Amino acid sequence: MKFLRNQLDKVKHSFEKGGKLEKYFYAYEAIDTFLFAPNTTNDVKGAQIRDAVDLKRLMMTVIIAMVPCLLFGIYNVGHQHFLAIGQPGAAFGDKIVIGLWQVLPVVVVSYGVGLGIEFVFSILRKHPVNEGFLVTGMLIPLVMPPDIPLWQVGVATAFAVIIGKEAFGGTGMNVVNVALTARAFLYFAYPTDISGDVWTYLGDAQAVAGFSGATPLSVAGDAISTGENVVASLNTFGAGWNEGVFTLQNLFLGLRPGSIGETSTLMCLVGAFILIVTGTGSWKIMVSVFGGAYVMGLLLNLVGSNVYTQMPAYYHLVFGGLAFGAVFMATDPVTAAQTETGKWVYGILIGVLTVLIRVFNPAYPEGIMLAILFMNVFAPLIDYFVVSANKKRRLQRATV
Amino acid sequence: MSTEVAEVVEKKSEPLFSKKNRKLITNPLDIDNPVTVQVLGICSALAVTTQMKPAFVMAIALTVVTASSNFIISIMRNSIPGRIRIIVQLAVVSLWVIMVDQLLKAYVYDVWKQLSVFIGLIITNCIVMGRLEAYAMGNKPGPSLLDGLGNGFGYGLILLIVAFFRELLGGGSIFGFKVFEAMGLNYTGNGLMLLPAGACVIVGVVIWVQRSINGYRESH
Repeated sequence: MKFLRNQLDKVKHSFEKGGKLEKYFYAYEAIDTFLFAPNTTNDVKGAQIRDAVDLKRLMMTVIIAMVPCLLFGIYNVGHQHFLAIGQPGAAFGDKIVIGLWQVLPVVVVSYGVGLGIEFVFSILRKHPVNEGFLVTGMLIPLVMPPDIPLWQVGVATAFAVIIGKEAFGGTGMNVVNVALTARAFLYFAYPTDISGDVWTYLGDAQAVAGFSGATPLSVAGDAISTGENVVASLNTFGAGWNEGVFTLQNLFLGLRPGSIGETSTLMCLVGAFILIVTGTGSWKIMVSVFGGAYVMGLLLNLVGSNVYTQMPAYYHLVFGGLAFGAVFMATDPVTAAQTETGKWVYGILIGVLTVLIRVFNPAYPEGIMLAILFMNVFAPLIDYFVVSANKKRRLQRATV
Repeated sequence: MSTEVAEVVEKKSEPLFSKKNRKLITNPLDIDNPVTVQVLGICSALAVTTQMKPAFVMAIALTVVTASSNFIISIMRNSIPGRIRIIVQLAVVSLWVIMVDQLLKAYVYDVWKQLSVFIGLIITNCIVMGRLEAYAMGNKPGPSLLDGLGNGFGYGLILLIVAFFRELLGGGSIFGFKVFEAMGLNYTGNGLMLLPAGACVIVGVVIWVQRSINGYRESH
């Protein structure tokens, strides 16, 4: 650590005012404050902040909360790969190697492209490098399918950072979640690479007999036309090559095909625990997303027009990316509702919309991405109504 | 007895291409652009720009309609009763739209089919109505004609820029010519660009670039 500090101090003078690299001061500052807590302190007068937890360290907490999902995702990519090519007995190490081989490049591309653009904009606009991308850069790989072409990750990241964030004024000014913007971009720009049977990495190997790349969501969607019970068709799915992959227990644990980080509800809950204990994420939003989805599932059970709506409501909570979206995407403090009442409304509507899109729109098997983006746009409106209701209430109480 | 001679001030007629009149053509291209500054005609700008060819035809159609309606309304401007002026304007505009529509149907049938209702919808295009109300009702026929042409060009310019990027990124071609294939590259079309949402993004980027070049700010 001392060595790093010394090295940074040694080059500092050339970045300061009058130095030959003055233009790149903010690039230097970004690296410095990333590695060390800045040593600037407040004035003697005025507000006193005694905590070293600044925005960068807050973002690091979120990244730490994502680590369980990432590690599990790496293992799961390898695990699914060997199951799909008919080698269920492959060694743990081999699975990790395959997983790393698929996941690491995506992470590297996402961070490389995103941070590159951030640095360029910070130098052009002469402002400190925004910390926002630290989290976004990790979220993007976690919501990608395991064998997404790397150039698409790069293009999507560039689009999300420039159009989704910088056009609105940088970190903290974006209207919609940046990582989901990247995913939505790919979803509409290159649909063949991010929907359908892309959730298992096969590589050059031949898939085992009976292999199907379907996800639980598409199995449930297909059940509408066949009229078979959804739970029964989920339980029997994968017979012969991946027995019991879509049983309720396994859906919760997450050893199933899907986006890299989204498969395991358990790991998302571990992340949620870290976020809530450190006070980083809003528990109200997480609870209300799950609650909204569950209640909507129950309501659909009452309607019960087809086999999908008759499916037990708790299945909606372990399906697809609901848990991941609820914990890491919906709680994004920039794009979520700011008022405490607003957070409940915002979360519940996300849950309700997710289930509605899943069940009633066959074109979109998964609804959490679109539901969150949609409610991101509505969050300021929700806040506006909460605030004006509060004003009204207090005005009535006021005695003049 | 003195004879008073009434002084007749002879108004100098302005040459058609005076500096002021030239501005009528050049302003709508940049600082007074109907699409990116006045934010009019967005609907058709999003709808007809998936390819360059229909965008080009649409730009010509709108330029013809705007310029000639401006001209006719400007001639009639002193005899139009104020209370029914909108319906008179609509009648003149629809006359030109129908003529353009029939011409396109006769000579470029495939493009006409692609543009479908959007030719007919020029009647309600905000740019046409806006120029009639804002300019032709209060100015001479010559400058009105130029104003109509200028705004048509301004609209067409943005249409062609948007269509260029949408066709290039979405289908890898320009005016139907496969650019990337001709260079021997394998290009995967970007589906987002073929959706109206993609056009919206491109219009936004055009506005961003334009405003950072000319420093235009909306006054509040």
